[in-house]
Amino acid sequence: MNIAEMATYAITFLALYVQIFLFVTYLERRKLLARESAIVVGTLVVYPRVAVIVPCWNEEKTVHGTIESLLALEYPKDKLQIIVVDDGSTDNTWSEILKYQDHPQISILHKENGGKHTAVNYGIEHTTTEFISCLDADSFVAPDALKRMIDMFQRNPQFYAIAPSIIIHHPKTMIQKIQKVEYNMGIYIKKMLAYLGAIHVTPGPFSVFRRSVFEKLGGFRKAHNTEDMEIAYRMQQGHLIIGHCHTAQVYTIAPDTIPKLFKQRVRWIYGFIQNTVDYKSMIFHKSYGNFSFFTLPSGVVSITATVYIFFTIFYNAGVWLVAHIARWRIVGLHSSTFSFNFEWFYINTQAIVLITAVLYAVLIVSTAIGGKLVKQKLSIHVISYIVVYSIIAPFWLMKALWAALTSRKPHWR
Amino acid sequence: MKEHSKYILAFLITAALFVSSWLISYSINKHKFAVLQAAQNQMSLDILTSETQFDLLKDTTCDNSAASVFSDDLQTLAEKITYSEDNVGSEVEIDTLKKQYTLIEIRDFLLTKRVAERCHQTPISIFYFYGTKVACPDCVKQGYVLDALREQNPKVRVYAFDYNLDLSTIKALRSIYNVGDALPAIVFNGVTYNGFQSLDQLTSLIPTSTTTK
Repeated sequence: MNIAEMATYAITFLALYVQIFLFVTYLERRKLLARESAIVVGTLVVYPRVAVIVPCWNEEKTVHGTIESLLALEYPKDKLQIIVVDDGSTDNTWSEILKYQDHPQISILHKENGGKHTAVNYGIEHTTTEFISCLDADSFVAPDALKRMIDMFQRNPQFYAIAPSIIIHHPKTMIQKIQKVEYNMGIYIKKMLAYLGAIHVTPGPFSVFRRSVFEKLGGFRKAHNTEDMEIAYRMQQGHLIIGHCHTAQVYTIAPDTIPKLFKQRVRWIYGFIQNTVDYKSMIFHKSYGNFSFFTLPSGVVSITATVYIFFTIFYNAGVWLVAHIARWRIVGLHSSTFSFNFEWFYINTQAIVLITAVLYAVLIVSTAIGGKLVKQKLSIHVISYIVVYSIIAPFWLMKALWAALTSRKPHWR
Repeated sequence: MKEHSKYILAFLITAALFVSSWLISYSINKHKFAVLQAAQNQMSLDILTSETQFDLLKDTTCDNSAASVFSDDLQTLAEKITYSEDNVGSEVEIDTLKKQYTLIEIRDFLLTKRVAERCHQTPISIFYFYGTKVACPDCVKQGYVLDALREQNPKVRVYAFDYNLDLSTIKALRSIYNVGDALPAIVFNGVTYNGFQSLDQLTSLIPTSTTTK
């Protein structure tokens, strides 16, 4: 076995280990998970006051729907404050927001553009509530989402923040349908990370925080345009536990084209890399538990494995192509030049192929479990997800890596 | 479950999956190797049958169908052995297969030659020496050319020999045809051509009546 083969096996082992670790967690917590899924949230004994901040920057098309979904929440009107912050939009967002200026539940604020974290912090300054949430202005909450999350806070007083399940809103294009599969897997991963006390991002779409989080840690930071990730890192550093309420559902509009998706993922991965560098002292530090021993290393493993596997495939495909072009140049076009033999004997049964098949099988099972948590069946797009992401994900990973190495910050959109 | 126990359990499960994959792969590849070995044994038996049949029938027939059916089978076997070199079996196992295959090739060549002499035929046989342990950058290209030549001229029988195979028969062939280290080497009608031979060069050696472009 040469060095390249050993590296392939090592990386595949680590990638499989990450998935097996999550699956063991699932098996360990499946009864608790079933109980949580079965909870019917009726009327809460106490409805604490909650403020939801909606930071907007050029969201004229979606902000109306976002606000309406908040107004439709099954939560007492006098206990729910909605603060819409226009972060210096250059389109008609402000005029859309102004339509709600007389609404008793809604406060509208306008400021110079300074980035999402400044808009959310500006909103936080105008709150006095026990709980604070924020909702991206391209997302919509399910009516019972807040009630479920507050119920979870009341059952789990140790939680300082709770993240919801994020579902793609009305996926239309192929790339959105593929993301729906990905998000389902994300729900499973987030739930398992929550059980491990190792969540590394409190998503912009409707994570709910106790006010004390901001009192202890301060507000959001720019954090390489991934403020929702940085606050989670800081919470982990401060030993403030983050939960996940999978039955609280939030719908978000996914990028509908590959270029838009690409840009979004470069920003996310760049943020992960930079935040991990910023908090590198937490890696393999025993006082930070699974966050330091699992979440952060597994993120690094995922990036490394994806890039390595891509280069391996790219190299092998290149070797094959060069050999066949050479053959074509030497002997011209014969039937044997680009022939394939489909006899069973030629099926690759090397151990690495079987292990990779096991890895993909575990990923598909993870996706199915994630879908089941939000009552969605396993979609045929899981195949497209694996194929398309195997091709394009390495590119956004490499671009993010390159940006991180050269300190070129990706644009927000 | 304590957290560190889970890390160990996940490691053990992952390791078990790896070991299982290794074992399954090993088992399948063993089976493939056995299939290859069986095919080789069958071919050896077929040649022996043909040789015996040919000796028995002596002058009564020149129906050479019994003696000339192996070309495609030999090629198929060669392809599988080549594939197996990279994907199936150990180096020792493959070496054994290649030695057996080489002997089958030579017996096929000798039988074809005997049939041809007795029946006044002119078979077109090419010996191709390639290297696996000496530098031979042109061997891959030469292989492409010979594949194309066989495709153009199905009557051409190409016998490929690993120059580095530790087999006395190979050494004898190298000595008979004076094949040196300059690989690839082609032997056609008793003449040795060292170095890469293009498709046009080889085609020009073949009698026109058998060339089917």
